[in-house]
Amino acid sequence: MKGTLAQKLIGEHVGREVKPGEFVIAKVDVAMVQDGTGPLSVRVLQRLGLEKVFDPKHCILFLDHASPSPRKELSNDHMLLREFSRKTGATVSEIGQGVCHQRLIETFVKPGDLVVGADSHTCTSGALGAFATGMGSTDVALAMALGKVWLRAPQTIKVVFTGEMPPGVFAKDLILYFIGMIGADGATYKALEYTGDTIANMPLHERAVLSNMAVEAGAKAGLIATDEKTREFLAEHGRESDFREIKPDEDAEYERVIEIDVTKIEPQVACPHTVDNTKPVTEVLGTKVNQVVIGTCTNGRLEDLRVAAQIVKGKRVADSVRFLVVPASRKVYMDALADGTIQTLVESGATILPPGCGPCVGVHQGVLGDGEVVLSTQNRNFKGRMGNPKGLIYLASPATAAATALKGEIDDPRKYF
Amino acid sequence: MILRGKAWKFGDDISTDHIAPGRYFHLRSNLPELAKHVLEDAREDFKDKVQEGDIVVAGRNFGLGSSREHAPRIIKLRGVSCVIAKSFARIFFRNAINIGLPVLETDTDKIDEGDELEVDLENGVIRNLTKGIELRFEPIPPFMLKIINEGGIEEYVKKHGDLKIE
Repeated sequence: MKGTLAQKLIGEHVGREVKPGEFVIAKVDVAMVQDGTGPLSVRVLQRLGLEKVFDPKHCILFLDHASPSPRKELSNDHMLLREFSRKTGATVSEIGQGVCHQRLIETFVKPGDLVVGADSHTCTSGALGAFATGMGSTDVALAMALGKVWLRAPQTIKVVFTGEMPPGVFAKDLILYFIGMIGADGATYKALEYTGDTIANMPLHERAVLSNMAVEAGAKAGLIATDEKTREFLAEHGRESDFREIKPDEDAEYERVIEIDVTKIEPQVACPHTVDNTKPVTEVLGTKVNQVVIGTCTNGRLEDLRVAAQIVKGKRVADSVRFLVVPASRKVYMDALADGTIQTLVESGATILPPGCGPCVGVHQGVLGDGEVVLSTQNRNFKGRMGNPKGLIYLASPATAAATALKGEIDDPRKYF
Repeated sequence: MILRGKAWKFGDDISTDHIAPGRYFHLRSNLPELAKHVLEDAREDFKDKVQEGDIVVAGRNFGLGSSREHAPRIIKLRGVSCVIAKSFARIFFRNAINIGLPVLETDTDKIDEGDELEVDLENGVIRNLTKGIELRFEPIPPFMLKIINEGGIEEYVKKHGDLKIE
């Protein structure tokens, strides 16, 4: 196959070359729903008399958004999904096992796959060189039953990050900066392809942040070619044999190319109520917060928790702050227990929540009061996102979050590096 | 297909959290109940006063955010005949097509709250009957129009017994 990563990956699943704009039917390797979207998918398949899955191991039902369930209605939704699994063999990822996107990159997705998920942040797996994209419940229901999906092949924007990351600056700052620049609809319908020497030197847990937030610029996918860093990540998770080289052609055609010199980027904060409302942290210093959240599919990985622990070690977070930490998966939780990270965080005043989506979706575990302010490492700050339209949500990196928790107001993390 | 209805105006960046707020997560398996809160966080008066056939008219990037298909479904469930915006977020657009809710892109600055609109889907024309002007929209690609005309992707698969592009 020829062209951009998107063209090659889609082409492999259609069985021929594809051009941007073309409508195709593509073969699916991994299909997933979560507890907020899956019940609708199951009902679609029940109505169609298609209660089956094309590959039980790779059709996954994640119980992560209401985990554990805070209300009877959601407990009943969980029962519906477990029952579907019993009937079809589809895999259930139970409460406490973690956020779907983290579990997908740890366990289920391999380079070269085509992944569809009834969750907009399915694009996270693009960091592994898979074409991964979010869709609705009906699309994914059909993908689970039939093993295929309709797609419009996207154009691609190439995003080239160059230079060494300044101390205290992380992938989260890069992607917030980029979204602030291009806008929340700057890449609508398009694939993003992240490349450049900064990416070549970036470990996979950071690449996943860039891919995760591609959708916040409107993109269909956030793709990264595979390399030794990809291989290392797979090896750490006991599946080096899943590695495959996936890279775009040198003469691939891009809709446009955007170059970003990361050496000039400061820690970034997205201010209420849109992700593209970004500012350098120095412009929002002193903003009082009631709650700090470190976790989610964006920044709840072991390295994120470690950075936070390094900053709060031996200190106490401000009395005025509720400091919530949500490991993205059970594996992250176990590793953070084993190396003392959790102990350090708890000693600083953190409340550890079970692996899952935590307070990000506004269902439970840290809903804001009227007029309250949170700084979170999640990916969205829309009005009402965390359960209260009268709450104010700021987004930043785990380092900025930890520094902010200590001070009780938004703070610059660079003093700790 | 010709649609006719009264315009309700919304701004830019109306997210799926505005349309189907996360605090009603527990109502997702009860769409009629969830629909009582449709677009509640964008404007409070809409959910109680919207009439069968009315048209949601918005600015840029309508439906950004989560993949929740419940968002277009509850808009349709409340009787809205189509959504017209300057642009749509990708997943919302796709979901709307899949459930048979027409979504049209045009310059919505030429439509005001309460304007009577007539939409000709096949020919790509919106007639603003109140203002006596015509707006054009990019015709919906044939594959998508077919899904809409057959009542959504579920009906499409039921009818054709498979997912295919003819």
